[in-house]
Amino acid sequence: MEALFFNVDNGFLEAIVRGYKAGILSPNQYSNLAQCETLEDFRTQLSATDYGNFLANEPLPISTSTIADKATGILVDQFSYIRNNAVQPLAKFLDYITYAYMIDNVVLLITGTLHERDTHELISRCHPLGIFDTMPALCVATNVEELYQSVLVETPLAPYFRDCLSATDLDDLNIEIIRNTVYKAYLEDFYSFCTTLGSPTSDVMHKILAFEADRRTVNITINSFGTELTKEQRAKLFPAIGRLWPEGNNQLARADDMDQVRQACEGVSEYRAFFNDSTSGQANGNGYDDHSTASHLEDRFFRTEVFLNKQAFLQQFQHGIFYSYIKLKEQEIRNLTWIAECIAQDAKDRIQDYIPIF
Amino acid sequence: MGYLSYYTYGLPAFLVIVIALYLLFTGSGEAFNVGRFLEESSPYAWGATGIGLCIGLSVLGAGWGIFVTGASILGGGVRAPRITTKNLISVIFCEVVAIYGVIIGIVYSANLAPLASAQLYTPQNYFTGFALFWGGLTVGACNLLCGVCVGITGSTAALSDAADPDLFVKILVVEVFGSILGLFGLIVGLLMVGNAHEFSTSGAIQVAQAVASPFVH
Repeated sequence: MEALFFNVDNGFLEAIVRGYKAGILSPNQYSNLAQCETLEDFRTQLSATDYGNFLANEPLPISTSTIADKATGILVDQFSYIRNNAVQPLAKFLDYITYAYMIDNVVLLITGTLHERDTHELISRCHPLGIFDTMPALCVATNVEELYQSVLVETPLAPYFRDCLSATDLDDLNIEIIRNTVYKAYLEDFYSFCTTLGSPTSDVMHKILAFEADRRTVNITINSFGTELTKEQRAKLFPAIGRLWPEGNNQLARADDMDQVRQACEGVSEYRAFFNDSTSGQANGNGYDDHSTASHLEDRFFRTEVFLNKQAFLQQFQHGIFYSYIKLKEQEIRNLTWIAECIAQDAKDRIQDYIPIF
Repeated sequence: MGYLSYYTYGLPAFLVIVIALYLLFTGSGEAFNVGRFLEESSPYAWGATGIGLCIGLSVLGAGWGIFVTGASILGGGVRAPRITTKNLISVIFCEVVAIYGVIIGIVYSANLAPLASAQLYTPQNYFTGFALFWGGLTVGACNLLCGVCVGITGSTAALSDAADPDLFVKILVVEVFGSILGLFGLIVGLLMVGNAHEFSTSGAIQVAQAVASPFVH
């Protein structure tokens, strides 16, 4: 049925996004980029792609951060074009995408203020998709209550922060707890919002969001090893959605080392593969090393995320492609930054470690 | 949602049952008389409604298909302008559906001719009226679904053409088969009125009084 009415409101924008998606770099272009000797070559190669000459007016020693900023700028332009042309419920859906960036920005600002960084510098480091008007005022807050009353209550994030008002003073651990509590509330809210949009949007988005939730659950567990976070607190940070929920989440809440994390993920066949190679790699390495496992794992999570987002494009007449496009483009910017960084630092042997999209 | 469906489905059904039972128990149960309704309603009403449904549903299907396709062609054409000309064929396929409706509408309306009511209620004219109505409904429904089908396929064709030019011909084949569905409706619609003659007075003199509805004055 969605095919009958979807195009009334969203047909144009869906086609636009599919057009944008055709501009995502191909493996060929990636291999060309990876062969560049200098960043100037890199720029020339990029100008032959969909990016065009977006770096043309930059002064010559181009830094990698300029490339990332400019590429993000293109993404933001595309996003705001879509957002400005969207009607409900797509507009709300697109707003939900920005909430994730807003949460990150808020946490970045609070952390920065805690360490007494310069406000303007902090704001320039915020992700442009998550900028909101009252953001600079965040820097004056000293505890969560104040933060909530003065700034956040007017933003769409207010309902998510309601759960973590009990955290009295701001320190690094508390900020991390706040970030994860808020993100948990956000994910669950987004999940239920996608349910209201009905099939097939909900089918596609539930798959992606469930994976996102599982990824956060596993990451929280791994990162909390050896910190003063108690197991009860940890369990409270796990999103109540995803394929690991509820049984895997329970096991993860009790886990003490990587082995138990792996056991908890056994229940989902797709996740089992994430841990396979890394453990065999450790067996002939120097015993257990949680750090390298985590970075392996992170890499695989990114690959799976790209895979799931690519699959969203297989289904027409649904909202999921807007989310997936933003995520794929973000991954592409990460890839570009990685390649540029490798060129700048002359680390040719690691240049192939980017995550191919198509 | 719960309350909405309760009021949209429950309330009308409840009212209908109450009225039906009231009429039944007060001795007026014969107010629901299908045979009487069929005899009493004028063959002109059936015929004209059939022609209206035929053209109306066909145009609805065509219009629906064109906007589904059109929105995708417009959006896809922003980045890949080459698709716009090629994909006009999807719009034309949708338009053809409306033309089927117009053709059948014209053929059917040739059967309409004015008659005095005394000469109208002959078996021949009843048949013509019913044939026009159900033929029109057949053609209209076929064309509505055909238009929607071609529209959705056309939208997919436009998007896949924008992504990969090789796919256009392949999806066009799907679209062509979709657009043939409307033709089936057209053929059956023509056959259905094949035996129906124009509204006429023939046979009215002999049998008119015998078959004229007792409810018509």
